[in-house]
Amino acid sequence: MHELSIVSSVLDQLDELKKQHEGERFTKVGLRVGELAGVDVDCLRFGFECVVKETHWEDLVLEIEQIPRRQRCPQCSEEFRAENWATACPKCGEVETVIIAGEELQIAYVEVEE
Amino acid sequence: MSQIVVEKKVLNENQKLAAELREKFREHKILVVNIISSPGSGKTTLLERTLERWDKSKRVVLLTGDLQTENDAKRLARWGFPVRQIITGGTCHLDAKMIEKHLADWPLDGFDVLIIENVGNLVCPTSYDLGEHFKVVILSVTEGEDKPLKYPSIFVKSELMILSKVDLLPYVPFDAELAKSNARSVHPGIEIIETSSKGDGLDQWTKWLEEKLAAVKSGELVSA
Repeated sequence: MHELSIVSSVLDQLDELKKQHEGERFTKVGLRVGELAGVDVDCLRFGFECVVKETHWEDLVLEIEQIPRRQRCPQCSEEFRAENWATACPKCGEVETVIIAGEELQIAYVEVEE
Repeated sequence: MSQIVVEKKVLNENQKLAAELREKFREHKILVVNIISSPGSGKTTLLERTLERWDKSKRVVLLTGDLQTENDAKRLARWGFPVRQIITGGTCHLDAKMIEKHLADWPLDGFDVLIIENVGNLVCPTSYDLGEHFKVVILSVTEGEDKPLKYPSIFVKSELMILSKVDLLPYVPFDAELAKSNARSVHPGIEIIETSSKGDGLDQWTKWLEEKLAAVKSGELVSA
């Protein structure tokens, strides 16, 4: 539901970035979205299409990399993919493990045509 | 074709403002709690019951968010603490800018606790840092026990889960133990307090706030 605000925040930052890259054409923006970010990727794509329409960003391509949740065990340092919210360490059984990936909501890169 | 590496948070602007707010809260030694739940889980009622029994020597200030109406602010103002309504006009969450704007002309000196009642929504408020020390999620017994599994992000990010309306447990087919174990399966360290508007758990909840407040005042609790 807040995906439109997310799209506007992305485009605001691109407008800022564009000032430092005058004369270059931005063709693609790459986002990184973690599964804990609370963002629905389909809504984000749909919102993006709606917002860029008939603006100077109309031809910009959106690429989204989805980041799975990963945990690290403070006891044995095992790092693992936490599937189905099972976050206990698969190696030593420790229950309280730490999130190391999956919370991302980032602009990773922009592709430009000079 | 070339690539510019950006590596910036999408909500960079919100993040920056939240960091400024956090600094301000630290300076004034104010405990800040961000309360999040579905619509109708009992956020406003919990706050009414909290203010009713609150030690008046410790000043609480409240910001309450809704899409429309000042109803909640009116309900909460009855206990004599400063309350301000944030009307988002359709936006499904509060962001740091709204908090900054509504606190701008309030002198924070002399306040001890800021309670932010977010817009009723389990998804969107999760993404927006408001500079708070803690998020607190409320789940009521008239909802499903599987809400922590359906909306895991907010349960992962909350320090405390309030299981509200427990006085209705005899009348609803809600398995409280299952709800708690679901919450713990997505967030093993989550604290849980069971409350009702009749008074269950309210002492435990105000004690929780008082302990956190004491830790803020002593400098032991600094939010990052």
